Amino acid sequence: MNPDSHAAAAASFLRDAERTGWHDRAIWFVRQKRDIAARSVPEWEELRGLASAIKRHTMSHLALYLEAFERSARRNGVTVHWARDAAEHNDLVLGILRARGARRLVKSKSMLTEECRLNPFLAGNGIEVVETDLGERIVQLAGEEPSHIVMPAIHRKKAEVAALFHRTLGTREDPDPAYLAEAARQHLRGLMASADAAMTGVNFAVAETGAMVVCTNEGNADLGAHLAPVHIASMGLDKVIPRTEHLGVFLRLLARSATGQPVTAYTSHFVRPRPGAELHVVIVDNGRTAQLARDDFRESLHCIRCGACLNTCPVYRRSGGHSYGVTVAGPIGAILAPGFDLAAHASLPFASTLCGSCADVCPVRIDIPRQLYRWRQIAVASGQVSWSKRVSMRLLGATLASASRYERAGRLLRRLLRRVPRLIGHPALDPWSRSRELPVAPEESFREWYRRERRTR
Amino acid sequence: MPARIALFVPCYVDQLYPQVARATLELLERHGLDVDFPASQTCCGQPMANAGAERDALETARSFVKAFAGYDCIVSPSGSCVYHVRHHYDVLEQTDAVRRVRGRVYELCQFLVEVLHVEDPGVAFPHRVGLHVGCHALRGLRLGTSSELGGRPGGPMRALLERVEGIELVGLDRPDECCGFGGVFSVTEAAVSARMGLDRVADHARHGAEVITSGDVSCLMHMEGVIRRQGLPLRVVHVAEILNGAAL
Repeated sequence: MNPDSHAAAAASFLRDAERTGWHDRAIWFVRQKRDIAARSVPEWEELRGLASAIKRHTMSHLALYLEAFERSARRNGVTVHWARDAAEHNDLVLGILRARGARRLVKSKSMLTEECRLNPFLAGNGIEVVETDLGERIVQLAGEEPSHIVMPAIHRKKAEVAALFHRTLGTREDPDPAYLAEAARQHLRGLMASADAAMTGVNFAVAETGAMVVCTNEGNADLGAHLAPVHIASMGLDKVIPRTEHLGVFLRLLARSATGQPVTAYTSHFVRPRPGAELHVVIVDNGRTAQLARDDFRESLHCIRCGACLNTCPVYRRSGGHSYGVTVAGPIGAILAPGFDLAAHASLPFASTLCGSCADVCPVRIDIPRQLYRWRQIAVASGQVSWSKRVSMRLLGATLASASRYERAGRLLRRLLRRVPRLIGHPALDPWSRSRELPVAPEESFREWYRRERRTR
Repeated sequence: MPARIALFVPCYVDQLYPQVARATLELLERHGLDVDFPASQTCCGQPMANAGAERDALETARSFVKAFAGYDCIVSPSGSCVYHVRHHYDVLEQTDAVRRVRGRVYELCQFLVEVLHVEDPGVAFPHRVGLHVGCHALRGLRLGTSSELGGRPGGPMRALLERVEGIELVGLDRPDECCGFGGVFSVTEAAVSARMGLDRVADHARHGAEVITSGDVSCLMHMEGVIRRQGLPLRVVHVAEILNGAAL
């Protein structure tokens, strides 16, 4: 598609300089809370190492643990479904809802269902879908996509939420967060009490027990699942972990990395259906096994969706989640999305300075910059970047491979910079010069000086 | 004391910031070293490789190895280029020469502290200085501890600067946020890049820095571009210039 799509969307976000600063600071504040939380755990680095090792082990025995999870879940009375892709997932969910005559579905936050575009699919099939996570409900009412995997409405200011609620829920236009949260609570309670079915995501699926662990701060997953006669949990097949004891590693890392909380307010273990109710789990591939087969990118499946890499990313904070054009934005999204569709998302691996902050903040130590670098090589090799960029890199490579060509080119560059900086630095021709001055070129390069002064060749 | 020392001057330093290369050479010589500048050197290949054109960088990387294969230590005033040679030359066939070069290339301050065991640089720089350790030096070469990992920032550059007479290192709100340069990123993602540069410079200015220093000229070039466009009362000076006894 458009190889510059992230850059263009980011430039549009950045046009509002004041808002960009607000967005950057709001998200940096979360990163700082994460730092404090991480430092409160002396064995933090040991936990990261353990988490990484558990994930690596699980991914190298994925079939074994998925089948073990399926057996355990079935033993508990859970109905287990497998979906190859988003379409199969959506059909399965619709089938379950139709079989029960369900009209209204309440959902807690699930990035997988966003990835599968479940909501528009269900709406098109006559199902009313109600997001019950506050942030998700805000973006749903606004007709937007989440801009962050943990804080879906982080791009919206209080006053904008007040205006939205005033318009959609009939509240008074009061930006007081307590008032707005209470209004959302009252609005959602009624919808949850009368829901025909509930959906949740799954943070961790424990193979040995069949438990599906869901972490929320609002208790909406529990309320939805415990009130409705049918609970459908959607999980990516990367969510399985071998044993309950491994939760002791991941749960200590997840909330601290995500928001700086020691643990989420609710950590719900859904094990078996209530008497008279149904519990389903849909295990979804949707490109994950293809990623597992890629040596360079397998590690991206270790992600526990804490969002820390988004919060720390200087590019994400200044370009907003929507600029990525995918459900999972930020650095992790930039290494996941090309695996789904390289042509559509070829600009994302380039939406980074490779500063490496994402790798250092990642609770499961995914080497994101290394994978960004690898995706860039693949994007260029498979012709997914512009012709002009490919040609200029080939020319640059040919120039720099020879000392004499390099020296001639260097002299020419310096002469041009000295004589016609305004031409080279014209904003229309040179994006650098839109907001930065070009360097002042010296008369003499270092090597010219060296030859003259030191008389060596 | 290592016998054969080579100075690696990155392409854009050679062409645009020769004073940084001269300061590096003189600084190494002040420490009693006999330093070669291999004339056939050009570039490490990072500009192409980071843009995804690793294959277009192969010849440049091979010629880099050829230029430097005979040396015991290769020293450069650029953490980023050193990082590239150390970590991304796996695209080359791992001959003895390639392995030698990758294992013996050093960022300047790392070389001074880890190889020469310099503790006191013996110079003065009576100014308020903001330190910007480039991301590849910090998180790539681990020349310091990133704020994500926590603890004291440390690192050879800070250790040397802290011993410079009269210097005052200013604190920053975000000690190690990227300056936004990122090679071709500065052009292909110009809007984000420029904003990162503005924010980074503003952090230094807010804390009263007169000078921003770094071991990476690329970061300094980016921040200097912002400073000059904004007309801010700040200067950029490479750490080699400070350690070589530069006056403002």
